[in-house]
Amino acid sequence: MTRIKKIHPLYLFSGLTAFFAGMSAAGAAETHPVGQPYEWETVLQASASPVRDSVEHFHDHILLPVIAAIVAFVFGLLLIIIFRFNAKANPVPSKTTHNTMLEIIWTLVPIIILATIAVPSMKLLYYADATYDKHPGLTVKVTGYQWYWGYEYPKLGDVSFMSNYIHDEDLKPGDLRLLSTDNPLVVPVDTDVRVQVTAADVIHSWSVPAFGVKMDAVPGRINETWFRADKTGTFYGQCSQLCGAGHAYMPIEVKAVSKEDFAKFIKAQGGKMPAEQASAAAPGSAQAAEMKPAAKAAEAKKADMKAETTKAAEEAGSKKAGE
Amino acid sequence: MATKAQTAVADAHHDAHDDHHDHKPGFFTRWFCSTNHKDIGTLYLIFSVIAGLIGGAFSMLMRAELQNPGLQFVTGGEMWNVIVTAHGLIMVFFVVMPGLIGGFGNWFLPLMIGAPDMAFPRLNNISFWLLVPALFLLVGSAFVGGGAGTGWTIYPPLSEQLGPAVDMAIFALHLAGASSILGAANFITTIFNMRAPGMTLHRMPLFVWGMLVTAFLLVLAVPVLGGAITMLLTDRNFGTAFFKADQGGDPLLFQHLFWFFGHPEVYIMILPAFGIISQIVSTFSKKPIFGYLGMAYAMVAIGFVGFIVWAHHMYTVGMNVDVRAYFTAATLVIAVPTGVKVFSWIATMWGGSIEFKTPMLWAIGFIFLFTVGGVTGVVLANAGMDISLHDSYYVIAHFHYVLSLGAVFALFAGWYYWIGKMSGRQYPEWAGRLHFFTTFIGVNLVFFPQHFLGLAGMPRRIPDYPEAYHGWNEISSYGAYLVGASTLFFVGVAIYTLAAGKKVGANYWGEGATTLEWMVPSPPPFHQFENQPVVT
Repeated sequence: MTRIKKIHPLYLFSGLTAFFAGMSAAGAAETHPVGQPYEWETVLQASASPVRDSVEHFHDHILLPVIAAIVAFVFGLLLIIIFRFNAKANPVPSKTTHNTMLEIIWTLVPIIILATIAVPSMKLLYYADATYDKHPGLTVKVTGYQWYWGYEYPKLGDVSFMSNYIHDEDLKPGDLRLLSTDNPLVVPVDTDVRVQVTAADVIHSWSVPAFGVKMDAVPGRINETWFRADKTGTFYGQCSQLCGAGHAYMPIEVKAVSKEDFAKFIKAQGGKMPAEQASAAAPGSAQAAEMKPAAKAAEAKKADMKAETTKAAEEAGSKKAGE
Repeated sequence: MATKAQTAVADAHHDAHDDHHDHKPGFFTRWFCSTNHKDIGTLYLIFSVIAGLIGGAFSMLMRAELQNPGLQFVTGGEMWNVIVTAHGLIMVFFVVMPGLIGGFGNWFLPLMIGAPDMAFPRLNNISFWLLVPALFLLVGSAFVGGGAGTGWTIYPPLSEQLGPAVDMAIFALHLAGASSILGAANFITTIFNMRAPGMTLHRMPLFVWGMLVTAFLLVLAVPVLGGAITMLLTDRNFGTAFFKADQGGDPLLFQHLFWFFGHPEVYIMILPAFGIISQIVSTFSKKPIFGYLGMAYAMVAIGFVGFIVWAHHMYTVGMNVDVRAYFTAATLVIAVPTGVKVFSWIATMWGGSIEFKTPMLWAIGFIFLFTVGGVTGVVLANAGMDISLHDSYYVIAHFHYVLSLGAVFALFAGWYYWIGKMSGRQYPEWAGRLHFFTTFIGVNLVFFPQHFLGLAGMPRRIPDYPEAYHGWNEISSYGAYLVGASTLFFVGVAIYTLAAGKKVGANYWGEGATTLEWMVPSPPPFHQFENQPVVT
């Protein structure tokens, strides 16, 4: 066999890498609407929230360079081995089987690299979790059903609606197939939104990539997460936990609008938007933390009383209280 | 393990002589009531290939469906979920595990430690024959009711909602699990009690080390799965409420139990692969393994840490932030022993006189692609990051790089490495290389673009997707067709090899192949080591 054949696989891989890099560069040159994926995208969907900014930074500036360097390093070593240590170039194999210093180094260096990853990782994790240090300007309750989402604004009067995907034949120009819904969740921009997520039948997962939010909707539990849309627009996501036959058909659509438009929306829905809402609600919600189960249970119950009185939703409240 | 093997007294001549009046039972007794580790190994390998073709056919169907947006081949989500589930369960329980553990483990573990057979030959027989009805149950479940469209993770409440197909799938897993546990007990006993004199634990070939750690993982992890799916079964049929939220149960309990099994399971699939790659790298570099003890104990460390990281599969279920911080830290730790393995393979090759025969190509491919899959694992380990990638195609890409391009590459590497030993006939070198190149290009085309799809937010387990994900999905599907064609080519190569391959002698790889299996003829006699070898 000729030598060129021996190194074939790695050439091929370089070729593939170049191809993907080219596609990626071609994709990056255009501008794309936020809140949705675009064709040939090779990067994280663009951010529209502080948490997602941190995720993006962590991925693009810490993780990706580190893993690319590791892969390039291993690839380089393999190339050297293929050229220098093939049977023709090096007919007599060495008999080296130990090098304590080398073994210590290749144990310690990865540990150091991982430690440098772990620090920003923990910061990001705790920041993304920090609903309770915020003073949420809005609480929405999200309930997963087979196969649509239910949205409620528990503190804004009796506002609740269902959000279904739009069948192909009903799509209007501008709608995105499998992403657009008939009733999007509407939130005010630049506001901390606390999201309480539960499910009525099986486990679903409420996910909006642009906000860096993904929270499983588990029957019998209320999970909490938060986001702050830092620009107006429409942001899409899809159910992210296998939930049966309609799993692909329960998208999430969130419209971030100006605060005035949001007040109009709530009024139009028959809800109340007290001017003092944000400041009055904040202290109470701030306490509804994991650390204070009683406060949280009360909060959950309050949410539930206004909730759609499905059986599962009720259990969700009492289960949380039981914790 | 050059030192011991070169001095091993392997009684090859005696065995070769013995072969002439080697008494083999008749066809039915030999293949259906077999207690011979090599015949059972062969059965496992045949089983694995057949299951692999079934699981692969499901892959092709999935990629054909996903090539374009809209529904083309499947009738809807229900059918899709059944296919996804069948693909996952078949590949894990009926392809990779029987191939690596039952197949190569049975064939070569006794040979490598100088044992005449496994410790419990009849147990070995039942281990294999439990798998056959398990596969029938699983494949059959697809045709009962709507099929078991639960995903291979069979999470309740979805799995409690679906029809009797799920019960069939549960029984399939019961049988496959019992098969694994019995097999593992057999391997552990064999390794501890049946090593030839002088074959100390610290002289065992690394494949045997891999099998030892794997067997312990199986014995400790699979019963937990057995318990979890039994609870699921009683929830479904007998009114218990372990996982029913409306009766005080907890659906997340199942996830904890499942992943307490499920995470060790991924190491169960990869540790024997590590062992095979170590043997091959050493053989073709004509060098002993670099840092042998580090390699062995890295596997032990991976096995141990593998048990305390399970909830990194559950970062989005609403766990307390401190718990997620712990699982992030513990998961990152696994990269250290894994790094030791990759660097030791490289150091083994360094300074070697490498022959790039087909098994070595697969091994180098394994090392590189496993590294790629490993580093994306480091990305996913971070709970904060994982929120954005969980249940997306990034995860699919990650675990196929370590399994489809890791464990399966090791399966092919082992096949090309040992087929001459097992059959006495060698594959044609050009065909092995062609199979490798086409598969290598194909799998990268399938799975590399899936990283991009995941970053862009495409969720897994959907039969139809928004148009924006079309481009990369199409590329991915073309890659899959290439892999599919190349797999059919492999079947052809395998048949040709067995029917008309060139006959080979005991040690056809030459000076680098130093473990005991190379001291016996190819194929080995029906009963080897009638005079016990002594390793000095």
